[in-house]
Amino acid sequence: MLRYILFRLLQVIPVLLGTTFLIYFMVFAMPGDPVAAMFGDKQPSEAVLERVREQYNLDQPFFIQYLLYLKGILVGDFGISFSGEPVSQILARTFPVTITLAAMAIGIELVLAVVVGLFSGLRKGKLFDNINLIIGLLFLSIPIFVIAFIAQYGLGLKLGWFSPTVGPGAPVSDLLLPAIVLGVSLYATSMRLTRSSVIDTLNQDFVRTAYAKGLSRNRVVPVHVLRNSLIPTITNTATDFGTLMVGATVTEGIFNVPGVGNVLFQAILKGENATVVSFVTVMVLIYLVVNLVVDLLYAVLDPRIRYA
Amino acid sequence: MRRSRVGLGFIALAAAGALALTSCASNGGGEGGGEAGAGGIITVNNTEPQKGLIPADTTEVGGGKVVDALWEGLVYYDADGVTQMGVAESIEAQNEENTLWEVKLRDDAVFSDGTPVLAHNFVDAWNYAANVDNALGNQYFFSAIKGFSESEPVEALEGLTIVDDHTFTIEASPDFPDRLGYSAYYPLPDVAFEDMAAFGQNPVGNGLYMLDGDDAWKHDVSISLVKNDSYVGPREVANDGIEFKVYASLDAAYTDLLANNLDVLDQIPDTSFAVFQDELGDRAINQAGALTTTLAISTSLEHFGMDEEGKLRRAALSMAVDRDEIIDVIFEGTNVPAVDFTSPVVDGFADDLAGMEKLEFNPDEAKKLWAEADAISPYEGTLEVATNTDGPHQVWVEAVANQWATNLGISAAPKLYPTFAAFLDDREADTVGGPFRAGWQGDYPGAYNYLQPLYYTDASSNHGFYANPEVDQLLDEAVQESDHEARNAKLDEVQELLLEDMPSIPLWYQGTTGGFSENVDNVAFGWNSVPIFNEITTK
Repeated sequence: MLRYILFRLLQVIPVLLGTTFLIYFMVFAMPGDPVAAMFGDKQPSEAVLERVREQYNLDQPFFIQYLLYLKGILVGDFGISFSGEPVSQILARTFPVTITLAAMAIGIELVLAVVVGLFSGLRKGKLFDNINLIIGLLFLSIPIFVIAFIAQYGLGLKLGWFSPTVGPGAPVSDLLLPAIVLGVSLYATSMRLTRSSVIDTLNQDFVRTAYAKGLSRNRVVPVHVLRNSLIPTITNTATDFGTLMVGATVTEGIFNVPGVGNVLFQAILKGENATVVSFVTVMVLIYLVVNLVVDLLYAVLDPRIRYA
Repeated sequence: MRRSRVGLGFIALAAAGALALTSCASNGGGEGGGEAGAGGIITVNNTEPQKGLIPADTTEVGGGKVVDALWEGLVYYDADGVTQMGVAESIEAQNEENTLWEVKLRDDAVFSDGTPVLAHNFVDAWNYAANVDNALGNQYFFSAIKGFSESEPVEALEGLTIVDDHTFTIEASPDFPDRLGYSAYYPLPDVAFEDMAAFGQNPVGNGLYMLDGDDAWKHDVSISLVKNDSYVGPREVANDGIEFKVYASLDAAYTDLLANNLDVLDQIPDTSFAVFQDELGDRAINQAGALTTTLAISTSLEHFGMDEEGKLRRAALSMAVDRDEIIDVIFEGTNVPAVDFTSPVVDGFADDLAGMEKLEFNPDEAKKLWAEADAISPYEGTLEVATNTDGPHQVWVEAVANQWATNLGISAAPKLYPTFAAFLDDREADTVGGPFRAGWQGDYPGAYNYLQPLYYTDASSNHGFYANPEVDQLLDEAVQESDHEARNAKLDEVQELLLEDMPSIPLWYQGTTGGFSENVDNVAFGWNSVPIFNEITTK
């Protein structure tokens, strides 16, 4: 088990090197001079522009720029944003917000998906199941920004149940509405996975055996059926977590969440290489760790899976 | 063993559930936001400043609003754009040609850290900003001062002399005092020069407000200012402070305004143009602003040179745009059709220029002029009109292309650049290949500032590479002219030449739209579309 974990962690290094290089190159290859764009329609003299380029190593050839960036990372220096703030500070400020938001969204998604999916699976073809499938289809087909705007306008502005935008410090109470929107938009896929998995499991021999042994429904459903049905749902949730890291940009914009998506989007527009690459690097790291945790969870859920 | 595995699985689930549940339970303060209106602090929308808050390095609105609240210059512009004395007691010409000025400072002005504002605070700040090695965005603003160099590092400008603690002299062009209210000319305390980058994160000014503590600038979230009690001067502050809230989108800010979570919004998102006056009632603001939108055309573009054919085509394109229709349909009446190259809010605005009929919609005449140009050299292919799409311009640029196609019977299409940076590259390299969007917001409310940087040969923002010796000479004469009327008359002449040549096509003056919450009163917007923060009162 320990060897497996170590091996997985070692895999992270080439993946990170590859991604940072690719991302750095992509931002570098973006058309336009980021330094000139800093000044908008009012252009300073070329001499001033040159000196600003020097500050951010933008006067260097691509490989030198990239190596200088890597060198900085090794000593814990992620570079400086155009507004003069160390990128490490931006990371420390935005990631907790986005991770909280993502965790809340996943929590809402999982609870809804597992509970509803289980009951739907147990009552396959009944009224509850059919209504639930229709609702799920609705959530799948409505774009997230529509859900977000409706929730913001209706629940936030008109009814006043939630704060329509996220205030300074991003308190958990303010994050609730965007988390619900994200959770609900992810819910349908997880729910359907749980449902079909439950239906599958119900037809397995070991469930019939369990009933035949005289075990009660209250024991068979949670222990034998649900536990064995959760693997696809958990796998899907891990992917969702990655999606939420970046995919929440639209939602973060609508609710003004001071998180990763917002900052990353602005940094890409500005061509702030150091910020963009550092953000993506951390995201990749989180994604890899979440996937590792999920892989380890499999062993917990299904004893047949072992890691040597 | 087996039991514990099951347990683990359920604990994981339960934890996720608990997280969701506790967050439900903690939802108490859903509305109100707490900050708005409390303690006389007004909340105002903003964007994250692009750079550290150093006045001469701040070239965009997000930082500009904060810098203007933190500092006071020698002069300032009141709501009508009229120059009023700030830190200066007097600014007097010392010679006939109006090129040597003596500035006397009030002796009671102090920075918010308690140090007095002295002559050397201005001179040091200006020398620093003018030195190209320091790479400040507004460096070229000091080009009017004697001794300035655009490319060579100059430690001390020849034109600046300290006479005594409260007096210094400036040797510069005659219109120089007009500009002094602009943020590039604010003074810096001595502490700034110890570490300019650190100072930019935690600046000390001499204005009506100061930062609320060391960590007042929470990047991407907010910047908190409180009233500066050490300020002595001509202006009064009617509130206790300003909290600039950073919004990634104006739509979110507008939603917060409707929910009374935000007190002042200084720009209505275009998605709400149609409804904001209904939704806000008498809390809506809609007036002419200082930003002029034009379509520039490079003079080196084939068929659009500064010859007979080019001028005919430029005039035809201008007359083929139905400005009123675009303003009605796309901007819901929030803009004002252009009648000159400046803006109604600046000194020197002219609405009676010879040749201004070229800015009126006249499709028949436009078609005729285009045909005349075709007789000289026929135009073939598609005329592209370019813009970047990371700003709110795509819709009207498409409308202009459509109108040209319809009214001139030519093939016209928008040319879209994904980012402003990419757009700039082509503009600089002169490879846009068609008319393109341009805009200009004045740095100070004078017509010269709308003409010189855009139309003087090789000027900093002359993106059409326009060159007309007559225009250059008239601008030079205007700037030397000390008599106000005579100067504006020269600038009118410049504008009439521009109407003849049409280096760019003025479209409209962008309206100042905004609104305020139910928690504040006395909200008015200045000439530069920025709310006059110090006069706003909380209820």
